[in-house]
Amino acid sequence: MNKITYGLILGGILGIFDGLTSWFTPAVRPQLMGIVLGSTFKGLLAGVLIGIFARKVHSLGLGVLFGLAVGLLFAFFIAYMQRNYYVQIMVPGGLVGLIVGYATQKYGDSSTASPSRT
Amino acid sequence: MNWLSDEAIARLRSAGAEPDLAGTRYRLIERIASGGMGSVYLAEDAMLGRRVAIKILDVPDSSGDLAARLQREAHILASLEHPGIVPVHDAGTLADGRVFYAMKFVEGERLDRFSERASTLPGCLRIFQRICDTVAFAHTRGVLHRDLKPENIMTGPFGEVLVMDWGVAKILRADRISMPNEAIPDQPRETPRGLAAVSMRTPLKTAHGAVLGTPGYMAPEQARGDVEHLDERADIYSLGAMLQFLIAANARGTQTTPRAVSAIARKAMDADPAARYASAAELGQDIARYLDGLPVLAYPENALQKIARWAARYRLAIVLVLTYLVVRALLIFWFRR
Repeated sequence: MNKITYGLILGGILGIFDGLTSWFTPAVRPQLMGIVLGSTFKGLLAGVLIGIFARKVHSLGLGVLFGLAVGLLFAFFIAYMQRNYYVQIMVPGGLVGLIVGYATQKYGDSSTASPSRT
Repeated sequence: MNWLSDEAIARLRSAGAEPDLAGTRYRLIERIASGGMGSVYLAEDAMLGRRVAIKILDVPDSSGDLAARLQREAHILASLEHPGIVPVHDAGTLADGRVFYAMKFVEGERLDRFSERASTLPGCLRIFQRICDTVAFAHTRGVLHRDLKPENIMTGPFGEVLVMDWGVAKILRADRISMPNEAIPDQPRETPRGLAAVSMRTPLKTAHGAVLGTPGYMAPEQARGDVEHLDERADIYSLGAMLQFLIAANARGTQTTPRAVSAIARKAMDADPAARYASAAELGQDIARYLDGLPVLAYPENALQKIARWAARYRLAIVLVLTYLVVRALLIFWFRR
């Protein structure tokens, strides 16, 4: 599986899971479906971006940092739109990005990758 | 009368034994090693201004057997163009009748000495994998090494791994290797059954009963002198013995040996050739599988061992996911209070 597909699938799965955990916050439970959809879309988009980065830059450290940054940035946008739950959204969002960044560097197939720039 | 000292006599003997390279493009520097057939010298190629290693017969070979064997070794090496096999530059005959060939001078150390220094098992296995690749290449060209051992492997400072000393190699399929006719083995000549080691009078084509190789690294069928039935699996046995050597060298450094690696060595060294790996490439692939954290052919795992290997392979990923779950749980409980 190439790095972009790997990032897409992993980002999507973790995004769904991340969204579902909002069930434990009773105040937002009525909007669960919207949160899950938004979180999944965020995960897919972050996964693709992190996958593209992993294809171009072969560095575990930079991949993890990039994943963390993308995860935090996307999570910040969502929290900013709600004007609330910054910590609850940004901390797990950053962690999801970090995991996808690590996984795409470590396990994604780099057979179609361009030469390393690092 | 002044008597010469023992030291002076030794120096004179040494100078007398040194080959005369006059008339060649090489200038002798020093002797590097000695073998059954001849010695290897470090020399300088005056034309290209580089250092080379020259293998020269110790004595002018009157019968022609040794000369033919050295020429044959040079032809085999020249035919086996591979990064793991030392390239031959030149071959010829010296003024005193001694046959020689010049090859790349490999700076580095033998695998047996390399493994004495602190080296991790994965590091040794990566070197071993490259030896398997080289031997697999020779086998595809129809050449059997027959004397694989750590002393015949050179490791260079820039990651080079070279399989050396093809002096007792056997050509299994002459059609796969480009050799001049005179270098192809001639009719077998009788050798007493049970003759041990490579002697100075080893005929070109090894007769039934002749034992070539090194005890401890020879396959049982090779040690029996069953020359006609020797095939690639004899080299696979030697590779297994070499792997066993590397395992033992690492065990001295108090590193525990993984069962899968021991099982690979055992399978390669099975007394029954049919139970060994079918090819050196297959053996190398099993080592690669172990290094990649995948199951190996030689070691069937139970469910627990599979889980343990999987967990070890994805250790960091598991830690990351667990961290995520813990952080998620902590956040949920923290904000629900």
